[in-house]
Amino acid sequence: MRELDSRRRRLLQAGAATTLAAALGVAVVAAQPKPRVIPVVARKFSYEPAEITLKLNEPVVFELTTVDVVMGFSVPDFGVRATILPGQKATLAMTPSKAGEFTFLCDVFCGSGHENMEGTLRVVA
Amino acid sequence: MKQSTLDRREFLKLAGLGGVVLVTGMGGTPAQAAGNDFYFVQLSDCHWGFEGAAVNPDAKGTLRKAVAAVNALSQQPDFVVFTGDLTHTTDDPAERRRRMAEFRSIVDALKVKDVRFMPGEHDASLDNGKAFKEFFGDTRYTFDHKGVHFIALDNVSDPTAAIGDEQLEWLSADLARQPKDARIVVLTHRPLFDLYPQWDWATRDGARAIDILSTRDNVTVFYGHIHQEHHFKTGSIGHHAAKGLMFALPAPASQPKRLPIPWDASAPYKGLGFREVEADASATTYPITELPVS
Repeated sequence: MRELDSRRRRLLQAGAATTLAAALGVAVVAAQPKPRVIPVVARKFSYEPAEITLKLNEPVVFELTTVDVVMGFSVPDFGVRATILPGQKATLAMTPSKAGEFTFLCDVFCGSGHENMEGTLRVVA
Repeated sequence: MKQSTLDRREFLKLAGLGGVVLVTGMGGTPAQAAGNDFYFVQLSDCHWGFEGAAVNPDAKGTLRKAVAAVNALSQQPDFVVFTGDLTHTTDDPAERRRRMAEFRSIVDALKVKDVRFMPGEHDASLDNGKAFKEFFGDTRYTFDHKGVHFIALDNVSDPTAAIGDEQLEWLSADLARQPKDARIVVLTHRPLFDLYPQWDWATRDGARAIDILSTRDNVTVFYGHIHQEHHFKTGSIGHHAAKGLMFALPAPASQPKRLPIPWDASAPYKGLGFREVEADASATTYPITELPVS
């Protein structure tokens, strides 16, 4: 009995929310799955991890930190980049739309090993 | 005795001393009087201080050889320009200055005393151009020479490889003072267009610079950074990369990694060199002659 009341209450609440949303002109959509969060740590002159595998069309968010100086994280093949400041967390969202192996690299000149600071993004179908 | 520019080019071709590229898109205008022909020499990417015998066992001798080769030209250029990466980067500010002082001392041996310097990211990106300015002056500037307006554009002092709003405004203001058909040569280090961003061969806001430059009819860009000859057009603007003077790099996207090309003992200094650039007042072509170091 108590369970039935509870279910009815939830249905009524949902109905009221839908009515309110309709009144406000807001579309009611199913909740999207949260993008996978991928932490990446930059340091002179490497990334950890240096190889990252993604699924095709899988939305992800890179959570970027640097342990020393200002760094960049650029994925030119997908036209996205972020600047990573010491002491701050940068986020970069992307959804890979093509499969293959792609380079990510530091695009903020960071020192004598800058030109070798890169990693591989592997997108699998 | 001064040779005509055509005679000199023909001589170089016949002597096999260098390849000649006829670059279109820089036509003369009626206002340009004959007799204003000249040429300049572009040297680039000397990377003084670099060590790596596998790619250049003569790291301490190549720049001196290039200076000697320029001094040996039968007709000296009106001026010489270095388009960046004079020195190889170092995290040590004192060492950076030591390398710049050595570089300066070596190129002081050039017979031509009108020498223009520009920074590359190896010179300027770690200190926003501070050390470069101490030794070589401004990182951006303009000058006029025999009817050609030269603009040295700095796309390296900002470590993010951006020209920046303030410099782009400076560029716009400078161009506004030029006639629409002015002959304009831009000197810079990185490519202004997206040559291959996967190897950092681009300028973050280079497209904005190209938009601004596209308001003029006769613009040509000479740059370095990629250690190889390369020619490309964006609209009417020609972009011409020069060889380096320390190590050669592979063609864009030709291999997975941007690794220097190993030294070829059977062909020392292969892939290294410098160039002559002709500015013929009455011609519609803009010839480049590539010359080797040996």
